[in-house]
Amino acid sequence: MNEADTPLEAAPIRRPFRWHIVVFLAPAFLVYTAIMILPLIETLRLSFYNNVDGAPAFVGLANYQVLFGDARWARDFWNALTNNLIFFVIHMCVQNPIGIALAALLSIPKLRFAAFYRTAIFLPTLLSFVIVGFIWKLILSPIWGVAPWLLSLAGAKWMFAPWLGQSGPALIAVSLISVWQYVGIPMMLIYAALLSIPDEVIEAAECDGVTGWSQFWKIKLPLILPAIGIISILTFVGNFNAFDLVYTVQGALAGPDMSTDILGTLLYRTFFGFQLQLGDRSMGATIAAVMFLIILAGVSFYLFAIQRRMRRYQF
Amino acid sequence: MTRLLHGMLFATTVLASAGAASAADVTLNIESWRNDDLAIWQEKLIPAFEAKNPGIKLTFSPTAPTEYNASLNAKLDAGSAGDIITCRPFDASLELFNKKQLVDLTGLSGMDNFSPVAKAAWSTDDGKSTFCVPMASVIHGFIYNKDAFEQLKIEVPKTTEEFYAALDKIKADGNYIPLAMGTKDLWEAATMGYQNIGPNYWKGEEGRKALIEGKQKLTDADWVKPYEELAKWKPYLGDGFEAQTYADSQNLFTLGRAAIFPAGSWEIGLFNTQAQFKMGAFPPPVPKAGDTGYISDHPDIGVGLNAKSKHPEEAKKFLTWVASPEFAEIYANALPGFFSLNSSPVKMADPLAQEFVSWRETFKPTVRSTYQILSRGTPNLENETWVESANVINGTDTPAVAAEKLQKGLDSWYKPGK
Repeated sequence: MNEADTPLEAAPIRRPFRWHIVVFLAPAFLVYTAIMILPLIETLRLSFYNNVDGAPAFVGLANYQVLFGDARWARDFWNALTNNLIFFVIHMCVQNPIGIALAALLSIPKLRFAAFYRTAIFLPTLLSFVIVGFIWKLILSPIWGVAPWLLSLAGAKWMFAPWLGQSGPALIAVSLISVWQYVGIPMMLIYAALLSIPDEVIEAAECDGVTGWSQFWKIKLPLILPAIGIISILTFVGNFNAFDLVYTVQGALAGPDMSTDILGTLLYRTFFGFQLQLGDRSMGATIAAVMFLIILAGVSFYLFAIQRRMRRYQF
Repeated sequence: MTRLLHGMLFATTVLASAGAASAADVTLNIESWRNDDLAIWQEKLIPAFEAKNPGIKLTFSPTAPTEYNASLNAKLDAGSAGDIITCRPFDASLELFNKKQLVDLTGLSGMDNFSPVAKAAWSTDDGKSTFCVPMASVIHGFIYNKDAFEQLKIEVPKTTEEFYAALDKIKADGNYIPLAMGTKDLWEAATMGYQNIGPNYWKGEEGRKALIEGKQKLTDADWVKPYEELAKWKPYLGDGFEAQTYADSQNLFTLGRAAIFPAGSWEIGLFNTQAQFKMGAFPPPVPKAGDTGYISDHPDIGVGLNAKSKHPEEAKKFLTWVASPEFAEIYANALPGFFSLNSSPVKMADPLAQEFVSWRETFKPTVRSTYQILSRGTPNLENETWVESANVINGTDTPAVAAEKLQKGLDSWYKPGK
């Protein structure tokens, strides 16, 4: 006789409602709702309103129509978005590979002063962007900067240009300053991922004759791919929300000639106004909403298209 | 914290003068962005006023300049702003008046001490109501290193031709950077460049009014010419001027490495304490000898009365005092470079400030062309002017292209005559 057929087993077990889950979740849920979700919803709502004859009124998608339809708004917006993409691409191509390389170097067991390097490279991340912006403005200053002097010591003074003031190189210079500041984060995450690779796997690889570079490419890299994915998405979100560094280095008008204007600075100028320009909350909210959608699209793409296909290894 | 502080101040006031009729003392709070002036208010202006007006106490409570507009608006909306409001020129204050947060002061006694041009920055577009007492203006011009000029035997230039001759001479000598100006911060190029020399070409108020009325355009020769002049400045600027900030320019000049600084009079106070050499000033050179000269005498600071003030009578007493020649004299001397807008001439001790203000006699004053009405819409003409002025000097845009861009932006929202 099969035990599963007994009526005793089929009767559902009544568990008491687990109140403690609700209680423990409540503070975080309430705080997060109050300071994150409600403002977000309010911003999205505001983007559908505008002042009509001095009174706020629902205008549907009119704000979006202005942002994408009006030649000047559209030009500013696409300029900011393009610059933002370049900003992001530079981070992906420079910051993350360097971060991975540094982590790989740091995880070499025989490396001396590893703790010192780790701290030194991570330190700029802890600095305020105000300080970073100020320091780099001084370093790159054509008048008192240390950069032209160092280059002249190497006999390469001709290579120096007032990069921050030239519309071509300014965006690259600002991006690289940001890379300098934040390279510690991918380094730390990858470093942690590399340390978590069990020694058995490495030893097995060595027994099979996989050492050196090929060990990195064939064994370690596949194992840290999830961490690289996380870094990419963090970089994406961080870059498309970026504002502070451009603001401190280049000012709210993101000069010269708007060449360093990214979505964050465009939003700032629009929402809060600048100098004689009065703030326009509705258009500001519209830009904020578009930024939110861009980030949402990027994160969703990562979650559904990339992360699901990524292979994970369990030890 | 402030509340605690106020409480303490109140307590000490009451205790200190207990027994006297001090319970009736009225305290007026002054909102301002001029936190640099805190000492001058506390040491000179407030004692001078309180000595003459027993029963009224003043508290000067400044905010950081960049936060002032936002914080003032929030305080006014919440009803917690001080009695006396320091007014930004033109639209920012006009908006407060239109929202009925500032009182109409047209009839205030002492208001007739000011000319209509001085009052324009704080009057309605039709000029009928004035809502702030004009306090100070700043004048544009060029400050130069007198020692350098003497050493190189250069005469102070009066015409543009002489101006470029002087620049060439300084450049040929090689010891000094001819012009201390950078384009990194953008506004230097616009404010100390375009708005400084521009009035000579668009004929001051005449051109500015014609632009507002739509009779002239930014693409007209009179408005493009200043850009053509600015473009000629490029070879006289320092190495790497594209990345030179405003503070860099100030330092280059006060360290004696540059000979001429395109300036606003507000620099005087700082330069006096920092520069180790003799300084002089000259007004923007005129295109041809004998031409009428124009200077930008730009109203910068005014004071108004909060409509929600609980002590409007006492506040008006204070404002009348601000409008008096006595205030003008204390203020102008305490802050050389911020000139009183009062019609009665003020005696100033500072020679550089005297030099600047003496131009008022022979030159026709005007205000910055972008400030009144024309910066109300999007794109903002003032901000665009910053960008384009820097572009012209950098060579990114030609003067004609820059002017065309500005006019196109203005056309997109501004319909003259409305």
